[in-house]
Amino acid sequence: MTPLELTGSLGIVGYGLAAIGPGIGVGLIFGSVIQGTARQPEARGAMMGTAWIGFAVTEALAIIGIALAFVFG
Amino acid sequence: MSGFLSGLVPLETGGFEAPGVHSFDVPPLFESVPWFDKYMLQAVVSVILILAFWLIMARKNAMVPSKSQYIGETAYFFVRNTIARDMIGHDFRRYLPLLIALFSFVLVNNLWGVFPLTLLPTPSHVGWPYGLAILVWVIYNGVGISKFGLFGYLRNTSLPAGVPVFMWPLIIPLEFVSNIIVRPITLSLRLFANMFAGHLLVLVFVLGGEYLLLHSASIINKTAGVVSLIVSMAIFGLEIFVQSLQAFIFTVLTAQYISSASAEEH
Repeated sequence: MTPLELTGSLGIVGYGLAAIGPGIGVGLIFGSVIQGTARQPEARGAMMGTAWIGFAVTEALAIIGIALAFVFG
Repeated sequence: MSGFLSGLVPLETGGFEAPGVHSFDVPPLFESVPWFDKYMLQAVVSVILILAFWLIMARKNAMVPSKSQYIGETAYFFVRNTIARDMIGHDFRRYLPLLIALFSFVLVNNLWGVFPLTLLPTPSHVGWPYGLAILVWVIYNGVGISKFGLFGYLRNTSLPAGVPVFMWPLIIPLEFVSNIIVRPITLSLRLFANMFAGHLLVLVFVLGGEYLLLHSASIINKTAGVVSLIVSMAIFGLEIFVQSLQAFIFTVLTAQYISSASAEEH
């Protein structure tokens, strides 16, 4: 007896794996922003500007992952 | 799916068609004009709305601003100060019309995804972000080339200052690929994939909830359907946030690319 049979594409599982790294990266970025804001609240604006760019660059990996999951799916 | 599990997973019993890539293939509005589909209509309407918005805002400039002028000025100063001035620096005025047009176009077209009459973000069809990214690519390369000349710009963009000579064979191809080739791809794919995935998420919650509520017999499934439909409202809220954020990030990255293309060597 087959207890569980998966049909269709494994691409989304691959996307889930691909999202681990960017998830950790985005968490590190905003964790650092929170720490920086706690240490020096008036520098928040400058930090947020850099943080959004870093967030966008990190997130690009997950974005490429989901695009490829559909391309090869 | 085996027989034991099909009782546990009601959506697999047949009849439910899961949303996927095919959900984004909308038919053309009129049979005779195949290129005029819903995406095109939304983009055209958004251009008209944005033009009307900025023209009305710019028409009456009172010393003491009215409420509508205040809204327009807040939107204008957001792009001007937060995006253009902080990213590009002292020479930002030349690029302000481009940035404001990009920001309002991307924002309005993203927000079509939560507007009740349309419910389909225009950039979820990959051609639209490609077009925007090609526009941005031409502009930031053009800015660099017109400022430094072709070879000066290529040297500036693919060789950061202060790199030792023995690292050049490694750094130059990397920087070239990253700055000239990867940038427009990630710029367009980021916008596309966020809109695509967000719309897919909404479809899963709404269509799945509707199917569980209306097309299945067991009371547990109906309850799950109601919960799914309620949660879909929260997903719509998340989508509004993501859509505004992506419009912001698209404009910020455009400004960043222009700034790095026109930056002096230091």
